[in-house]
Amino acid sequence: MTAGTLLSGQVTAGGLGLAASGSWTAEHARTLEPLIDHATRTDTTVQRIIIDVTRIERLDTYGAWLIERTLRVWTERGCDTRIVGLPDSYGNLFKKVRAGVGKLTPDKHKRTGIVATLESVGRTMTAVGNDLFTIFQIAGALLVAFLSVVAHPRRFRFTSLINHLERVCWNAVPIIILITFLIGAIIAQQGIFHFRTFGADIYVVDMVGVLVLRELGVLIVCIMIAGRSGSAYTAELGSMKMREEIDALRTMGFDPIEVLVLPRILALIIAVPILAFIGAIAALYGGGIVSWLYGGIDPKIFLSRLHESISIKTFAVGMIKAPFMALIIGLVACMEGLQVKGSAESLGAKTTDSVVKSIFLVIVIDGLFAVFFASIGV
Amino acid sequence: MPFRSDDSVIKVRDLAVDFANRRVLNGVNLDLKRGEILGFVGASGAGKSVLTRTIIGLLPMQAGSIEVLGVELSKASQAERQSVDRRWGVLFQQGALFSSLTSGKNVEFPIREYLRLSPKLTTEIAISKLEMVGLKPDVYRNFPSELSGGMIKRVALARALALDPEILFLDEPTSGLDPISAAEFDHLLLTLQETLGISVFMVTHDLDSLHRTCDRIAVLSEGKIAEIGNMDVMLASKHPWLKEYFHGERAHNNEIQVPVKGRRVTEKRV
Ligand SMILES: Nc1ncnc2c1ncn2[C@@H]1O[C@H](COP(=O)(O)OP(=O)(O)O)[C@@H](O)[C@H]1O
Ligand SMILES: [Mg+2]
Repeated sequence: MTAGTLLSGQVTAGGLGLAASGSWTAEHARTLEPLIDHATRTDTTVQRIIIDVTRIERLDTYGAWLIERTLRVWTERGCDTRIVGLPDSYGNLFKKVRAGVGKLTPDKHKRTGIVATLESVGRTMTAVGNDLFTIFQIAGALLVAFLSVVAHPRRFRFTSLINHLERVCWNAVPIIILITFLIGAIIAQQGIFHFRTFGADIYVVDMVGVLVLRELGVLIVCIMIAGRSGSAYTAELGSMKMREEIDALRTMGFDPIEVLVLPRILALIIAVPILAFIGAIAALYGGGIVSWLYGGIDPKIFLSRLHESISIKTFAVGMIKAPFMALIIGLVACMEGLQVKGSAESLGAKTTDSVVKSIFLVIVIDGLFAVFFASIGV
Repeated sequence: MPFRSDDSVIKVRDLAVDFANRRVLNGVNLDLKRGEILGFVGASGAGKSVLTRTIIGLLPMQAGSIEVLGVELSKASQAERQSVDRRWGVLFQQGALFSSLTSGKNVEFPIREYLRLSPKLTTEIAISKLEMVGLKPDVYRNFPSELSGGMIKRVALARALALDPEILFLDEPTSGLDPISAAEFDHLLLTLQETLGISVFMVTHDLDSLHRTCDRIAVLSEGKIAEIGNMDVMLASKHPWLKEYFHGERAHNNEIQVPVKGRRVTEKRV
């Protein structure tokens, strides 16, 4: 069907007569709209409009709306408008379309330019403030829940704790071993490569030992756990929030913090030190094997050098940080999860936030510990 | 509107659907005629949702054939399939609105994808559809999480109607609505049938809705259509489940008078 046959117009004595024909349906709306717009734009001087729809074969809400829209434009200009030849069967359709306003009331909240920028900066700042507040709030609620569970040990959800331990600890072991092994190997390789130029190969053992046990082991593990388990916590709690499961718990008289958050965070606090230990060992293995194969340092020499260069203190410094970092990861993950709103998009955004914020905070805490240990001279 | 009652928009023949070695549907034969509202009842778990989902192609079938608007779905090419997809609208039991889009964008979604109209016309049509289902234009800006259950159903219906479909599938559209909203919904459905001439396949448990809107009612039991016909046929049926359903405790026989549609419409259509 060519466009020409859909609408034709002719100027009569009293005004403009438009004749519509063919299919005025959704499929043709794309061709119809420019036609009808053209008609309203060109003939601005006429006083009376008559739209003849006798020869329309098919009409749906799209066609009806286009005709109605045209009529409204002309009516607004003070023209006298009329439809003729409307078959009875389409009468109701027209009535239905005509009944609507078809327009939105203008949006009052929309701002542009500098105001919008300032507004978004302001909102971000208050969001940071609110986050800080919420995290302390959840930490407080967690402490209360913990104390009440200590007071009534039978209320503690042991099964849930074991279930979460399996997921965040046991199931994470292979990937943690793999990653930390590789990190240890890479550090050793780089160390040997650069130390060799001034004949200090053997110091690579000191470097691997101190770096892995004090800093990197626990940091890598925490970053992995934030991505792996923190995100899972946020997504789980968030989708429970979306489907009102958390409200359901509350109405049954349970405290969601005690039922959902406490076992999850305890599981992390137990899991992260274990994983950090496993990770440190795997990294030392990685470093040892590379030193042997690439640097020619015999495992026996590697071990004895390791004994000299590190003490139990080095190891303790690393391990002591683990539970604190676990707590931060857990708190951030649960806080974000509980803040999820109704939409799938907000679930995604909160999960991203959870991972980004917990990794950031883990690194901040690591820095604070470094300052602390330096000032007490460890 | 061309109304030919002999012409079927959906033909289901000997349909069988299995779930984990259990046959849920076993030899379903069903026709949806052009322009009619077909109500679909059956016990919970009888397989009404499964039948709906099989017809719209979300579940695979083990045997039989489904023909929609003259296209045999199992043999259709991708393009034929898509041309059928845009000629039907589906209202899911929970609405299934996209939660990250506003109501308006939800309604606009199929229009944008299929018709590629100007943004202005797209928005106007979306608003017009929202108004058609009885919502205020400003609902356009609300996200689904900001709407009540009834409003979500309405927006979902507006989205199902976005492309002016020929067939509308409704899965329990009035469940979870208050009786007044449910009555409005029925009214809306009748108006749509009259104005747009669409054929409706409606799964429902709402007796009032069955009385008011349906031209024919089909009963699913033990994987087959146990009975099909207008309200009088249902009321006269000897099928034990149907007797319980239409004459049981919840079937308010005489207390409330609900106009029975079958009678009224046949009068009008002669
Ligand atoms: N995804 C599925 N997997 C296994 N069984 C299913 C699935 N969906 C439905 N069923 C089974 O099919 C039967 C019919 O379900 P359904 O169509 O949802 O019932 P209703 O008539 O209440 O809508 C039920 O017995 C249900 O157990
Ligand atoms: Mg169902």
